[in-house]
Amino acid sequence: MSTIQSIAGENEQHPDVALVERVRGGDVSAYDTLVRKYERQIFRIAQHITQNREDAEDVMQDAFLKAYEKLDQFQGNSKFYTWLVRIAVNESLMRLRKRRTGRMVSIDEDLETDEGSVPRDLADWAPDPEQNYNQSELAEILRKTIQGLPQGFRVVFALRDVEGLSTEETAETLGLSIPAVKSRLLRARLQLRERLSRYFRNKTGAPISAASGVEK
Amino acid sequence: MTCTEFLSFLDDLIDDTVAAPIRADIEAHMKKCGHCEVIFNTTRKTVEIYRSNEIYDLPSDLRERLHTAIMVRCRNGC
Repeated sequence: MSTIQSIAGENEQHPDVALVERVRGGDVSAYDTLVRKYERQIFRIAQHITQNREDAEDVMQDAFLKAYEKLDQFQGNSKFYTWLVRIAVNESLMRLRKRRTGRMVSIDEDLETDEGSVPRDLADWAPDPEQNYNQSELAEILRKTIQGLPQGFRVVFALRDVEGLSTEETAETLGLSIPAVKSRLLRARLQLRERLSRYFRNKTGAPISAASGVEK
Repeated sequence: MTCTEFLSFLDDLIDDTVAAPIRADIEAHMKKCGHCEVIFNTTRKTVEIYRSNEIYDLPSDLRERLHTAIMVRCRNGC
């Protein structure tokens, strides 16, 4: 079996590396620890992509089983978590393909290609817009809003901003270039901002503070 | 700095990865442009809200059931 290299430098080893080594040595309980550590994140990512709870449950199980089976192929030159996320993304896309009777599905689906422009018709949000909704109402607003994004933007936003992957890790996981990730992240953030403004805009209609002209 | 140039730095500004000299230009632009100040504040808030709210919760009973199913299959060689 290949030796896993430290990804955090000579003297600093990511705790997952030791767990993976133990699993490779036959200690299944170490894998139990890894599953517990990442099951929520993997479920969320699957839900973001498939938009379906049952599919997300299946993807979560399949991703962890596949990772276990393929652990010998994990080289250790990326984090175990990002390797696992890549498996989950692929499993999610396969699940979508099954639902759509074999039609190819990629993360580029439904992607708008026009370049971003400076948003107009802006209204500031109330000082703490979340206070106007209870937790379940807010979660429903956030779900509906992100579900409306094109898949290629939604996945980048979910990995980069919700799950905390770096731009480089997101690019590697999705097979995209770094400029493509950056471009999609900006578009995703701006589109979500615009959609959330319908709920969060300052209802007093207070004018924005400074000059209102947009300099192109 | 124009609004279009400001927009090109928006992500770096939110991620706090803007170099000091550029940050000064950006802040000067926001002082005179209310639109860009609102874009920055509300986009930053958008990211914060999604980071701090769990929108796809996995109930503990379901998580345990899935977890058990995964581990049973792993112990049996998948």
